Amino acid sequence: MWFPISLSLVDLMSKSRLSGWGGYPKLILDLINIRNEKHLKKIIPSIGNFITRGNGRSYGDSSLSSICVSNIQNNKILEFDNKTGVIRCESGILLSEIIEIFVPRGWFLKVTPGTKLVTVGGAIASDVHGKNHHKDGCFSTSLIQIRLMLSDGSIVNCSQQKHKELFLATCGGMGLTGVILEATFSLKSILSQNIMQTTIKTKNLHQTFDAFEKYADATYSVAWIDCLSKGDTMGRSLLMTGEFSDDGDLDYSSKKAVSVPFNFPSIMLNYFSVKLFNALYYFKAKQGVSHQNVGLDSFFFPLDSIDSWNRIYGRNGFVQYQFILPKKESLEGLTKILEKISDMGLGSFLAVLKLYGKENENYLSFPMEGYSLALDFKIQKGLFDFLKELDQIVLEYNGRIYLAKDSRVGKSVFEKGYPNIERFREFRKSQGMKEKFTSLQSERLGL
Amino acid sequence: MNNNWILILGAGSDIAIATAHKYAQNGCSIYLCSRNIKELKKEARNIEIRHEVNVDVIYFDALDYESHKEFYNDLPVKPKGVLLAFGLLGDQEAQQSQFELAKSVMDTNYVSAVSILEVVSQDFEKRKSGFIVGISSVAGDRGRSSNYIYGSSKAGLSTYLEGLQHRLCKSNVHVLIVKPGFVATKMTADMNLPDLLTAKPDEVSSAIYKGVEKKKNVIYVKSVWFFIMVLIKNIPKFIFKKTSL
Repeated sequence: MWFPISLSLVDLMSKSRLSGWGGYPKLILDLINIRNEKHLKKIIPSIGNFITRGNGRSYGDSSLSSICVSNIQNNKILEFDNKTGVIRCESGILLSEIIEIFVPRGWFLKVTPGTKLVTVGGAIASDVHGKNHHKDGCFSTSLIQIRLMLSDGSIVNCSQQKHKELFLATCGGMGLTGVILEATFSLKSILSQNIMQTTIKTKNLHQTFDAFEKYADATYSVAWIDCLSKGDTMGRSLLMTGEFSDDGDLDYSSKKAVSVPFNFPSIMLNYFSVKLFNALYYFKAKQGVSHQNVGLDSFFFPLDSIDSWNRIYGRNGFVQYQFILPKKESLEGLTKILEKISDMGLGSFLAVLKLYGKENENYLSFPMEGYSLALDFKIQKGLFDFLKELDQIVLEYNGRIYLAKDSRVGKSVFEKGYPNIERFREFRKSQGMKEKFTSLQSERLGL
Repeated sequence: MNNNWILILGAGSDIAIATAHKYAQNGCSIYLCSRNIKELKKEARNIEIRHEVNVDVIYFDALDYESHKEFYNDLPVKPKGVLLAFGLLGDQEAQQSQFELAKSVMDTNYVSAVSILEVVSQDFEKRKSGFIVGISSVAGDRGRSSNYIYGSSKAGLSTYLEGLQHRLCKSNVHVLIVKPGFVATKMTADMNLPDLLTAKPDEVSSAIYKGVEKKKNVIYVKSVWFFIMVLIKNIPKFIFKKTSL
């Protein structure tokens, strides 16, 4: 085994134990690391069907396939215009790198999800959104152009103006249209790395909804909701809104994360520990409206400060269940779902509620105008049956499930939520994408 | 623009790129030199944008010895440090039967290194400052049947650098010999390397930067390699001959 010296042209393919961020499902799969465009072009005709994988931060099975192609090594920044904030980079770059490089120069992402540890390619494939969705839409809003390798190895640039159909299918298309090689998008100018945060403590779901409406002008808003509280206090929340400060402090450096060193025994996370945590977290906040000045990491990426936080759910992993309901039906639908959750006692620490803005044209983007709730459930007996019941309520109120979080939804539930699903399927079929780009999720959902 | 340039020879390698980033991060401007200019231009832009330094890409052919003097003299600003990162591993079995292949390993790893570094040394010696980092290999510490052609060329390089070290220390020029051990790079992409013994290019570049700062003479990136090589070097020959290392 000492220096085995055969530099054959066989490409690096190795068996790896892979999962999404939720740690479920976890499978031994082939992983190929792409060195560059030429390398990918060479292997694309000969390897079977595959899915591209970024940093593996989608929760479920979106980035899993019998062959996974990782583009994480290709993370070069190719151009940056320091007058307009337009950046062109390879798709394997992490948002965290962009933030570290550009915040000190006065630029920030127009749209960022709740973790900065996703690649630009992943952000496009899931058309991610953030706390400013109601103002600024999804990640695709900031996109100017995508450079994509198609199933035959050809390379196409697509945008809102050029190859529009391909662009609409690719943003939010879960990597099922091709391999995203590069992206051009614009950053927004900021004067500070600090956020002026306002916290509004509400006593029930009604008040929470009112608060969202009242603070609709805030650039950033999101609510943590106590999903185990029942009766009069059901839906009590802490709504947090934020604006970038203008104090001129751009001295940003990301702090080293503390780590969860091992999988917690799954028994630690139970009805009582979650209920206790939620109660403490709620009571710790000041009554009514309070103001804080916080760094952007703690406002946008609170969980990134804990490395491998997914381990608190134990070795079997967890499911993040995220759905959205149209605004009109949100109050009724959410009430029903929250009742069900608190009755079952299958609660989670991290229940996040948010009011979204208008939906975009992309075929499979998740957001629509309405309220979305995201909940973590550790994998346990009875969970999947329970989630099926939640699915039915989501359907009843014309909602939809977020693919980037999903590992288990059924085909019929999924497709009712996405009116453009047939266009997406047709497009994939007509472009020869269906045979080349497949994930466990796309196979389950017949995408 | 005072003398803040680092000259990287064989800039296509992963160790070279990681080292370029490391020095750029510390405010140095970089010459990236290799035969493959096209790929390097992207990398150059990447380093420029990330670290806000100047990066020049210059054509350099290690095997074209004749060109070395002109190449160095044409540099607009003479560097304060040089990283010699080119190298060729190749397929030992093929090299055993095809001398041309063996020769290209020796030419790349040893002959061209001597050719270019003599040019650099003259300049540094005259200026009485500068540092030279040479990427050698643990494979040069003892000849083994599985890769003695590569190994002997690296042994030559190590001994050459050692001599240079001796000569140049009198002129305040520092020479650092790097023996990385296993590194996860393009060169080793299809090998199944044990994690504990394998360094990432980032670790190598950090070790190089630190090694230069602290004026180390020889570094093994993962210190375990020092002990492994002490062990291997000291296995008595009659036992060593029975192993298949």
